[in-house]
Amino acid sequence: MTTETKPDKTAPAGAISETAGGLSPEAIKKEDPATLISYYHMMVLIRKFEERSAEMYTKARIGGYCHLNLGEEATIVGLMAALRPQDYIFTNYREHGYILARGAKPGPVMAELFGKSTGVSKGRGGSMHLYDKNLNFLGGYGIVGGQLPLATGAGFALKYKEKDGMVVAQMGDATTNIGAFHESLNLARIWNLPVMYLVINNGYGMGTKVEYASAQPELYKRAAAYNIVGERVDGKDPLAVREAVKRAIERAKQGEPTLLEALSNRFKGHSVVDPDRYRDPELVKSFRQTDPLFNFARVLEENGIMTAEQDQQLQEQVDQEVQEAIDFAEQSPSPEIDTMFDYMYATPVANAIDPQWEQFKHSKEAK
Amino acid sequence: MPVITFRQALTDTLREEMKRDEDVYLMGEEIGVFEGSYKVTAGLLKEFGAKRVVDTPIAEEGFVGVAVGSAMLGLRPVVEIMTINFIILAMDTIVNHAAKIHYMFGGQNAVPMVIRTPGGGGQQLAATHSQNLEPWFAHVPGLKVVAPSTPYDAKGLLRASIRDNDPVLFLENLALYNVKGEVPEAGTDGADYVIPIGKAEVKKEGTDVTIISYSRMAAISLDVAKRLEEEEGISCEVVDLRSLRPLDRETIINSVKKTNRAVILEEDWRSYGIGAELAATIQEEAFDYLDAPVLRVGSLEVPLPYSKPLEVAALASADHLVESIHKVLEGKRR
Repeated sequence: MTTETKPDKTAPAGAISETAGGLSPEAIKKEDPATLISYYHMMVLIRKFEERSAEMYTKARIGGYCHLNLGEEATIVGLMAALRPQDYIFTNYREHGYILARGAKPGPVMAELFGKSTGVSKGRGGSMHLYDKNLNFLGGYGIVGGQLPLATGAGFALKYKEKDGMVVAQMGDATTNIGAFHESLNLARIWNLPVMYLVINNGYGMGTKVEYASAQPELYKRAAAYNIVGERVDGKDPLAVREAVKRAIERAKQGEPTLLEALSNRFKGHSVVDPDRYRDPELVKSFRQTDPLFNFARVLEENGIMTAEQDQQLQEQVDQEVQEAIDFAEQSPSPEIDTMFDYMYATPVANAIDPQWEQFKHSKEAK
Repeated sequence: MPVITFRQALTDTLREEMKRDEDVYLMGEEIGVFEGSYKVTAGLLKEFGAKRVVDTPIAEEGFVGVAVGSAMLGLRPVVEIMTINFIILAMDTIVNHAAKIHYMFGGQNAVPMVIRTPGGGGQQLAATHSQNLEPWFAHVPGLKVVAPSTPYDAKGLLRASIRDNDPVLFLENLALYNVKGEVPEAGTDGADYVIPIGKAEVKKEGTDVTIISYSRMAAISLDVAKRLEEEEGISCEVVDLRSLRPLDRETIINSVKKTNRAVILEEDWRSYGIGAELAATIQEEAFDYLDAPVLRVGSLEVPLPYSKPLEVAALASADHLVESIHKVLEGKRR
């Protein structure tokens, strides 16, 4: 059941995968052209959204930490292409693209990064904590591995309620070293839960190489310890990712969890402020040669699905979309200070308000 | 009214709530086949089956996190952590996730779950199995923390906790399980009572000094108060917090304003503990009413030793409380 890409012997040290995989003319011919264009559109949207997010961060419109999906676009689009409305998604903090590809409008996502009341988490969460219950997108999580037991629990609930659906627990490569990863896979197996654990292996956990941090650097093999299927897929190929996820959905229907490892490249540092000094600049430059976005555009053009002119039009359209998202975020109000304690508790409770709050209000009135 | 044990009150309540709502399920180590380390879940696996009484591997972060995730999809897990000492393994999922999800995601998703766990020392279980870690949780906005001292309160608060839509830490105590008290019989008038979270109760009225406490120490406080009244004519008012978060400051302050003196009995360590919060609250809100400094009685700040004489000497006790009451009343004309 394992599809494994071979390491590229010509790639600089640290690279973990070779060229984009199975986008052969035969494979492309089987696809609906409009669908392929829609995949490309979403990849371009993620790319441009992230580039503008970096810009907005340097302009201090976005605060805190900000982690980008640059280089991960094909994996995200392939994943979401396979998922159904009844499926659930839990991710780590590098998740802007995931919620966009799941169907969130760029405006409320950008507004969340700006900390505005119109944001997907009403300005409470920020870049690392995007959420849209209506899309079954149950959160970006800022603590490494924290989302994994939760996603496993969502799978537990689906089984308990005898509902159809699979839960995706997305994580980075370094997360496979934390206890929550191992506990979650073990629980998913012994209880036969419909969960797909998706590891985005971009070779580095912050500045630490996978080979340094993981005793078994071929991360999908860790599935063997939990008696579940492990697959490795080329994350630069949206169709390969989509098919791998579809296989996981079929397994989930039988109560089989999956560990799917997608090989990816991180084009920038760990977060916007990371100068990325620990990686060979030549290596990072080489990622652009296998850029999943440019590669997919080339494939679409070579197969007569998209012209250079159409590409140009699409690029301009997306530029406009992202600009509108930024305008929406800029023009949205910050949350009112008076809403400080909104959402503290789902069931109202006596004595829940910090006594300082009243004190602060009086002093404000006195001024 | 029937007299039952604290343990029985818990078991009955779990059974009743599971019958009332199919989304309520139990999860924890050794709660099913083994019937619970302290037998609170005895008989429930047989009655409800393995779907709703879920034995887990020893993986606290994993299964508490599973409970959190399942609650996000609408289930109502009641998790048992064998003793509060083991909850340390699950701190991330409780503090960073259960407590944050409703607020941090803008109120989109509630996390209706209960974590039941006993704390407390006195069983010669030594340093790693005798702790009172409730201040850690009472410190965290987003959690609710309750700590009943009687079978009656245990039932009413467990009901409230299970029906509440927020994560609730339900603190039990190893030395309370066999304590008996009156609890209305099911089916009789008022038997389906609920005790509101966030409300303290004056367990005994008095005029000379207020004793503030919770969980097992509140039971001890009440015994001491009754004894001092009979033997020495000291009139103690006993405030049982019942909820540590949110804290019912009003009931505490009203009592201290009446008695003008306060002694706090807590089983945790005093530094940065529950009593420190209470004493600070009292001096902030009732400073002018105090006729003596607020005193705190807690356990000695050592890793609790195994040896019985050492253990006894280290734990907060009725004797220490009596001494402190005498001290706080020095100079008072009676």
